[in-house]
Amino acid sequence: MGLSQDNLVRARRLIALYPHKRSALIPVLHLLQEQEGYLSPDGIEDVAALLELTPAEVRGTASFYDMFHLEPVGRYLVAVCTNIACMLQGAYELLDHIEESLGVHPGGTTADGTFTLEDAECLALCGNAPCVTVNWRFFGNMTPESWDALAEDLRAGRLDAEVPPHGTLSRVQRSVGLPAGAPEARPPSKQRRAVKKAVTNSPPAAIDAAGQPVALGTSRTTPAVASTLLIDAPPAPEENGR
Amino acid sequence: MSAVETPGPKQGPKIVTSRFGLRESWTLASYLDNGGYEGLRRALAMTPEEVHQAALASSILGRGGAGFDAGRKWGMLRKAEPVYLVVNGDESEPATFKDHALVEGDPHQLIEGSVICAYAIGAAQVFIFVRGEMALAQERLQAALNEAYEHGAVGANILGSGFSVDIVVHPGAGAYICGEETALLESLEGKRGFPRIKPPYYPAAIGLYGAPTVVNNVETLSNLPWVMCNGSDAFSALGDGRSRGTKILALSGHVRRPGNYEIEFAKVSFRELIYDPALGGGVRHDRDLKAFIPGGVSAPWFGPQHLDLSLSNEVIAQAGSMAGSGAVTVMDETTCVVRAVWRITRFFHRESCGQCTPCREGSGWVEKVMRRIEDGEGREADLELLMDICDNIVPGVSWPPAQTTICVLGPSIPSSVASGIRTFRDEFLEHIRLGHCPFPPDRLRESPAYA
Repeated sequence: MGLSQDNLVRARRLIALYPHKRSALIPVLHLLQEQEGYLSPDGIEDVAALLELTPAEVRGTASFYDMFHLEPVGRYLVAVCTNIACMLQGAYELLDHIEESLGVHPGGTTADGTFTLEDAECLALCGNAPCVTVNWRFFGNMTPESWDALAEDLRAGRLDAEVPPHGTLSRVQRSVGLPAGAPEARPPSKQRRAVKKAVTNSPPAAIDAAGQPVALGTSRTTPAVASTLLIDAPPAPEENGR
Repeated sequence: MSAVETPGPKQGPKIVTSRFGLRESWTLASYLDNGGYEGLRRALAMTPEEVHQAALASSILGRGGAGFDAGRKWGMLRKAEPVYLVVNGDESEPATFKDHALVEGDPHQLIEGSVICAYAIGAAQVFIFVRGEMALAQERLQAALNEAYEHGAVGANILGSGFSVDIVVHPGAGAYICGEETALLESLEGKRGFPRIKPPYYPAAIGLYGAPTVVNNVETLSNLPWVMCNGSDAFSALGDGRSRGTKILALSGHVRRPGNYEIEFAKVSFRELIYDPALGGGVRHDRDLKAFIPGGVSAPWFGPQHLDLSLSNEVIAQAGSMAGSGAVTVMDETTCVVRAVWRITRFFHRESCGQCTPCREGSGWVEKVMRRIEDGEGREADLELLMDICDNIVPGVSWPPAQTTICVLGPSIPSSVASGIRTFRDEFLEHIRLGHCPFPPDRLRESPAYA
């Protein structure tokens, strides 16, 4: 499937941010990956047409970058860092455990399509080694036990508030400062009231593509600065979502 | 556990990490409550030239790895329109995690620093290139940017000064090489991240879209609000020689308290960083220190005899390595040097962009030979072979490295290999003689996760 109508609008907004169209290629590819979970052939055709490139040029650029997947991957992309700082803390033992628990080697996807495993280079959370990311959300100080618990929570959908589907890089939309003539980045009117209510008296700084507020505190994931944890962590989804 | 920033006896004033630990430190409300955007106000009351002079007088060495003086870099701009500022937040040097913390923990400080720099160099457009894998950092930065526009600190007629600048947060997509500034510019232009052929050596002459461009690191720019508020004299009163102000050290490996520590530049020794109870807290289980990497995996290693060197760009360079990105990785006596070197060479092999033969072929060859030694299948001649391959990448296996490639990724490969063979030759030979690795595997049980 190609880019959806909504995402075509978002893509054109991204393109408007740059003096040269092609600069928007990587942001737009992230958008395609957010929609499809990978870079689908139809989507690549759409991106090429938007940016006045050939599909080969788009694919040729995308294939250079580790984060872009030209084949479908699982719902959760699990990247286990094995570089020096994590290796010294036993990352390979952790990777062995995860391989065994999922029944796949790095590069593989579980039969049910839930997990794709990757053996990653340094992810920049070395103070909390060993670390893994799930859909690029960080989990530090990992042990085999904490992995087992994490995998179970992911399977049960208990971490959806902090771990969006694979491909969703930034949930926060640019809402201001668009160059003149660019379409206004406003949530659809139906949702506007809900947004206003949610962010009482402050500008809507963190709004996702659907106009819903995005929580930027962390309760289960590991932030790069431990002390930026949101003290009043939002209630865990199992308490309010069942 | 980690990223604890308890003030230690050796820590100077906090310049870039002062808001770490504050509740919701990434929000505008928190930033304004703690002196936010005051530096920008002061900068806009000065002329751009005065702001540039203040940066020059501060001696802010680039915090990304090369240590190039930021004020001097701004002064090298070719006179032409438009001028771009590109912020390098592609932090990927293994064991470096300071910019990750700065963008996630204090995004407004980076935005403020970027606007101050843009004002000084006359840039109307800023791109903040954030490493793709740092999703939360991108979200907090974008949210902060939305707030900053609403606040009037970015956009048109900033704080009523008449100065205007736009900032765009640009995500990377996973490639170590994009930390190299010309590769970063290629990537920002929507291409494969291939470093550009030099000359021109500096993007200040020909940068983004061929226009004069300043590329500065996240930590470098994060210093500017403080400099504007406290003056360049206060900044340059800290540190020694050319290494002024403070520096974040990203401490990892076999220490009790891994984390980011902001210390006064050139005033703290490696011994203090690793052993001070308020900093690294010592080697785990009170074991002996075997070796440490002083500035990211591209740097030659140091041993216990280097512990009393001070953490200063010049001192470390004189001793034969580099302060690099400020990543210090500690290895205790149980570490297998062969395995550590193998893992580092594997990284370079995976991340080589493939343009230059010495790097593309050399990295893979070195990795293969290192792997077979670790697996007990090495031969004695392999040591000579490794040094020979290194000599083909860096003639003379010298430091600073002679360069046979477009960028410095290739010349970084021999650092760990040569350090390992020169200092721990017996350990390599033991692997070969025994036919297996004499060290136990790295154990999770001993990691801070179990502390």
